[in-house]
Amino acid sequence: MIMGKEKSYERYQRQLILKGFGEKAQDALLASRVLIIGAGGLGCPLVQYLVAAGVGHIGIADHDKVSLSNLHRQILFGTDDIGQFKVDVVKRKMQQLNPEVEIHVWQEKWSHQHCVDHFPSYDLIVDATDNFASRYMINDAAVLMNKTVVFGAVSQYEGQVAVFHHLQKDGKRSVHYRDLFPEPPANGEVLNCSEAGVLGVLPGIVGSVQATEVIKLITGLGEPLSNRLWNYDALTQEVFILQLLHHPHAHEKMPGTIEQFLTTDYEWLCQVPQAAIKEIDLLEWQENHSEDWLVDIREPYEQPRLGIWAEARGIQLLELPLSALENKLSSLAGKNVVFVCQAGRRSLQAASLKMKMDQSTSVCSLKGGVNELVAKNMI
Amino acid sequence: MEVLFFGQLTDLTGVTTLSCDHVADTDQLMTQLKEKYPALANATFMVAVNNRMITGNTVIEPGSKIAIMPPFSGG
Repeated sequence: MIMGKEKSYERYQRQLILKGFGEKAQDALLASRVLIIGAGGLGCPLVQYLVAAGVGHIGIADHDKVSLSNLHRQILFGTDDIGQFKVDVVKRKMQQLNPEVEIHVWQEKWSHQHCVDHFPSYDLIVDATDNFASRYMINDAAVLMNKTVVFGAVSQYEGQVAVFHHLQKDGKRSVHYRDLFPEPPANGEVLNCSEAGVLGVLPGIVGSVQATEVIKLITGLGEPLSNRLWNYDALTQEVFILQLLHHPHAHEKMPGTIEQFLTTDYEWLCQVPQAAIKEIDLLEWQENHSEDWLVDIREPYEQPRLGIWAEARGIQLLELPLSALENKLSSLAGKNVVFVCQAGRRSLQAASLKMKMDQSTSVCSLKGGVNELVAKNMI
Repeated sequence: MEVLFFGQLTDLTGVTTLSCDHVADTDQLMTQLKEKYPALANATFMVAVNNRMITGNTVIEPGSKIAIMPPFSGG
């Protein structure tokens, strides 16, 4: 065994004695390098089980900080960790769990360049992200660079896991994400956890299944979920495994070279078209939307404030700075809203975020913003 | 024949399973489903017949199970 220490043997003893596992599998784990993108609901159980199992080197990336609304599912984190970078907490706790594992963290948003720079040095890429822009970016980079991706995703009470672009015994690669869904869905069509909700235990189950696949791929044990999609429903406890096929149009919409990949704007590909957002002027606001919630998304230092003015006119006002809006979107659920900012540009962004969450309510952006209110002497 | 809807597609259909009369192939089935649930026309999903993904029109044998599976983004 690589570690060769009695202590290490004891640490991994319960898996070492498994039929078919043994020192060879443990050595394979200790020599492996796994990259996990995302340290949220899926990333937490993944990194815990992989560190515990003795994967030699783990890279993990996430630019988010721990927030209170994470804790019902991201149970690696505690209340005291709120406000800290997730990956910093991960590193601290994982070194405590297993100091034999080397951990590298990225605190910044994972980009095209990160894929190109770092995919080559990893044996496996794990997609534990929470948005389509990242998922398509990771998939395309992995296909272009011949890397295997262990994919996992959740939606409310359901989860999916698959092993994409895995080298088969016949020398061919298994299907990848674009074989299932050649193009990203329109933004707002499929909601993520912050928008649609998720049962806390679900990403724990799905991330653990992903970790199982990582261990199987490294050790060669069992049959990986290549060309198969594992689909789990927590409400019925039913598991569907679908046999997957290469899609004839899978490669039509993806970049064909690394150069093309580097200039592909995945955020844009997965965004609500701006034209879909309704911009209204003051007149239309007064006539048709004065009963809606007016949501001021400016930062607290931006003047003039609207509080006293709104109160005097019986306007329902909420102050939610754009910087915090994404985490507080649920407070706007079911409300018809008009977003306002200083000049009417950031309110378009806010409207796009709200529209992603629910499309059953009216969402508008006030043209010209507070500047326009001031110019028309309305305030 | 049974049609199973997954993920947030159930928000569009209101049901997770639908028993329907046998139709000859998946194109006919999709036409029927989009008539019944117009919002499906703008939705992204893959289709599997008896747990096998399809990439084009496919003959449906009597008693088949058709899965309509959307992408999930959460993590």
